[in-house]
Amino acid sequence: MFLSKITITLRKSILDPQGKAVEHAIGTMNIGNIRDVRMGKYIELKIDAADEAAARTMTEQVCTKLLANPIMEDFHFEVEKL
Amino acid sequence: MSNSKRKVRFGIVVFPGSNCDHDAYHVCKHVMQQEATFLWHKDADLKNSDVIILPGGFSYGDYLRCGAIARFSPVMKEVVRFANDGGTVLGICNGFQILVESGLLPGVLLRNASLRFVCKFVHLRVENANTQFTSACTPGEVLHIPIAHGDGNYFTDPDTLARLESNNQIIFRYCTAEGAVTGEANPNGSLANIAGVMNEQGNVMGMMPHPERASDPLLRHTDGQKVLRSLIEYCVSGEATLPAEVERS
Repeated sequence: MFLSKITITLRKSILDPQGKAVEHAIGTMNIGNIRDVRMGKYIELKIDAADEAAARTMTEQVCTKLLANPIMEDFHFEVEKL
Repeated sequence: MSNSKRKVRFGIVVFPGSNCDHDAYHVCKHVMQQEATFLWHKDADLKNSDVIILPGGFSYGDYLRCGAIARFSPVMKEVVRFANDGGTVLGICNGFQILVESGLLPGVLLRNASLRFVCKFVHLRVENANTQFTSACTPGEVLHIPIAHGDGNYFTDPDTLARLESNNQIIFRYCTAEGAVTGEANPNGSLANIAGVMNEQGNVMGMMPHPERASDPLLRHTDGQKVLRSLIEYCVSGEATLPAEVERS
């Protein structure tokens, strides 16, 4: 059994208005210079696979076909053995 | 055999979370006096529809991304096949989002630049009146139709935008009452004020505004009828020479 931890964020070229709004709020907190806030999604999957390479391939497929839209989003993930 | 009495059969897809399906049904059936039928998302059967409408709403609660999950419904496999065979598909609001997620239309619909859900009447300029969806309009005509969405900010890469422009695939742009395409008239931050686009073949169109909410004379706004009237005229009069049939080989 493997655990995939997936992070999805808007592509760098795409304005992230949610991130901008949060950045603005942070700016009012007076805790220093904090910039480039980007919001995203975190998704976990448990996978029955023969080995880590297979789990990575399966995760990649799910990300490409469903979890992320490549026109606007980037994804990266880690796979750990349970 | 040009029988103008033939009724066009509109198939309206019902996803869990669709909420403009009954509006579309009402307008097709009772206002436009055509046939209308609901198509359940689990049924892979389009019931011989002439035109498929993907209605507005919040299919699957807008989980993950708007339209991303609806795309995997059994009915969508048939809709994609129907569209690839030249069948006419109209996506309204959430339906537009489903069409881009399905790959039937280019681009994507991002969160509104204001981050707000925007629900109001807007003006749309008809950029291409030579389509199945807009033949009842005149080029440059300004329509008054409402929008109601949180994710209607159309985006695509510069190459695709250039292609959309040169192929006349941009059907509607947000504009002022006088028809000027300005930043102030853009309610959601859409690239180039785009409110509706069609595919290259011209048989699939998605638009964020709701023509079905501006069709019943009881509500005093009827500009939306022009989209439906265009489709009816296309289906009835164009039967002998469906361009999609000719192009397919």
